[in-house]
Amino acid sequence: MSTERLAPWAERAVSEHGATTGGGPGGPGDPGDREQRVLDRIDKARRRRPKVREDRITSAHGAGGKATQTLVEAVFLDAFRNPALEPLGDAAELTVGGERVAMTTDSFVVSPLFFPGGDIGDLAVNGTVNDLAVAGATPRYLSCGFIIEEGFEVADLRSIVSSMTAAADAAGVALVTGDTKVVGKGSGDGCYLNTTGIGTLDPDRALGVHTVRPGDAVLVSGPVGDHGVTIMLERGELDIDADLESDTAPLNGLCRGLLDAVPGVRAMRDATRGGVATVLNEVARAAQVSVVVEEDAVPVREEVRGACELLGIDPLYVACEGRFVAVVDGAQAETAVAALRSQPLGAGARVIGHVGDDPPGLVLLKTGFGGTRIVDLLVGDPLPRIC
Amino acid sequence: MRFVDEYRDAGKARALASKIAGLCEPGRHYKFMEVCGGHTHTIYKHGLEDYLPENVELVHGPGCPVCVIPMGRVDDAIHIASTPDVLMTSFGDMMRVPGSGGNFFDSNAEGTNIRMVYSPLDSLKLARQNPDKHVVFMAIGFETTAPSTAMTLLRARQEGIRNFSVFCNHVTIIPAIKAILDSPDLRLDGFLGPGHVSTVIGCRPYEFIARDYGKPLVVAGFEPLDILQSIYQLLVQLKEGRSEVENQYARVVPWQGNQVALRAMAETMELRPYFEWRGLGFISHSATRLREQFAAFDAERIFSLPGVRVADPKACQCGEVLKGVLKPWECKVFGTACTPETPIGTCMVSPEGACAAYYNFGRFSRQRVKEATGA
Repeated sequence: MSTERLAPWAERAVSEHGATTGGGPGGPGDPGDREQRVLDRIDKARRRRPKVREDRITSAHGAGGKATQTLVEAVFLDAFRNPALEPLGDAAELTVGGERVAMTTDSFVVSPLFFPGGDIGDLAVNGTVNDLAVAGATPRYLSCGFIIEEGFEVADLRSIVSSMTAAADAAGVALVTGDTKVVGKGSGDGCYLNTTGIGTLDPDRALGVHTVRPGDAVLVSGPVGDHGVTIMLERGELDIDADLESDTAPLNGLCRGLLDAVPGVRAMRDATRGGVATVLNEVARAAQVSVVVEEDAVPVREEVRGACELLGIDPLYVACEGRFVAVVDGAQAETAVAALRSQPLGAGARVIGHVGDDPPGLVLLKTGFGGTRIVDLLVGDPLPRIC
Repeated sequence: MRFVDEYRDAGKARALASKIAGLCEPGRHYKFMEVCGGHTHTIYKHGLEDYLPENVELVHGPGCPVCVIPMGRVDDAIHIASTPDVLMTSFGDMMRVPGSGGNFFDSNAEGTNIRMVYSPLDSLKLARQNPDKHVVFMAIGFETTAPSTAMTLLRARQEGIRNFSVFCNHVTIIPAIKAILDSPDLRLDGFLGPGHVSTVIGCRPYEFIARDYGKPLVVAGFEPLDILQSIYQLLVQLKEGRSEVENQYARVVPWQGNQVALRAMAETMELRPYFEWRGLGFISHSATRLREQFAAFDAERIFSLPGVRVADPKACQCGEVLKGVLKPWECKVFGTACTPETPIGTCMVSPEGACAAYYNFGRFSRQRVKEATGA
């Protein structure tokens, strides 16, 4: 080994941030002080303006974790910035001709296209319906764009379209406009979909993660992680069999039921890519509160738990397509659970934790074992292309 | 869930914790190293340190397989992957380990085809399915994963597969532990021995640690109660003035190891004279390469490798962290230039890495977290 070189990106990162000198066992002050200084330093680094360091897009940018967040904030938000976009909610809230409406869009690249419990068609309808529903809107109209690879079977396309029709009927929305593009063989993976949805908003109701405050209760509407694990197993790379189905379902009825029964609903978010953990981090960050979750209170099916144990992933990060997280006034938590459980889709609803004030911006987990830990945003998705 | 929940029982944990507290002498500080990254992950995932008295400190050792891969080897892998018609495969944890020009994801964005597999046999399957490609498996890991690489090589030879090779980066645990024991700036009271490695090598190879260095070692399982019980056993040994090798993980680890696995390794691999470990530098006889008889499957012989050593930035203190001299947060770049999003040191890449585990799960002082959760 006669030659040696440096890693330019690493040298650059160090010089940008500057190495600190406070660390090291020989440093001054008592250990508690030094640890606090390190935490302050990290906090400062985390608050820096997001910056995309890579020269090219990698799969991590689409994974829904920190890289996606950085890309969205540093590239898209930076360029498109406006008051409707800025909150980066599930749906944008707009006023059109005096009427308050919510608008959202979502693209679907799931692989495989057909899986137990659903296919890309109902996923595309439910995904957009749910983004509107958790924003407190009544979903009304959907558009759909098809990007189809040359050679795709028409029978499969019909089957996807028929799932979309059924899902739209179930959710009470109409598919009112669309677009078709065909790309050459090898330029797509069968079929990709995009749906955009519009819904009407109740003028007297303000929901949003920034309204969350200490003392609130955190709920989930049912067992988490079914969709992500189903897709993973369906790909057949793992040789694990389990009796599991995707939870894809329209949530507008359930959300409406909760809003009608509980005046103190602060915010709702559907726990899709990145799972419940990602949603809770968004809540903690936006409201500058802490969220404390009881691991044993989080409903997870045995099959999902088992598969997650084998794969070394945490069910809290696994996507659902028919579950949402709600934060409600702590005094109304029981009413909220009862309202959710009165509908079949909410039968597994539970309170999983509460909102506190310290440390702000953090999600903490009381583990089933009796310890505590931080639940942070994931850097990459352990399960790519699940929606 | 059977065979899992039994080992995560909070009631039993509390009982063990009070026994542990009873064994600790006031005023004495206990420092134990868990050698294996799997243990580090368990400790943080379950919040196990909440059960330990303040004077029992766990030091996270070098047993995370991706954490010890130097940047130069990542560059070599990307060099192989850049050869036309090569399909490179490795374990998922490897994908984010940086080389001098970026990681495997960055490399794929530039046009290489590096895929994640769950087993080397999956790579062999890809070789069968893609006869027009040459499939390379980048093998990493300690004696835990080396047998599966060995069995795959034996099968590839038996089936006469010609378009498959292994880029061997297997390392061995004992020389690394010895390097740590010989490090002058270190004071440890005992070791939690790596459970999975021990299923292969057994418990005997650790005997010199107890005999020559006077440090007790308990081979530990990976559930949180396994680790608490092993800490308890270490404290009992110290109290009684013993230093022995004990096997807490006897439900899985045979004292003599797994002879079939050891034979397969011996048939396919031999020790290298030396190998570079990220942060620890060159350690002699600490890694394996393929034997001459398997030259046809040896990516290092098939492809010409640049083999250029990449120096870590001077501020990066992975070595001190791996040796347990520094706590992760004491490193100069921890949490600022080096974060899980942009890891400089490999300890920050893998969820089993000490820095990533600390950053994700343990960043805040125990006291503050306890108050916030009402624990």
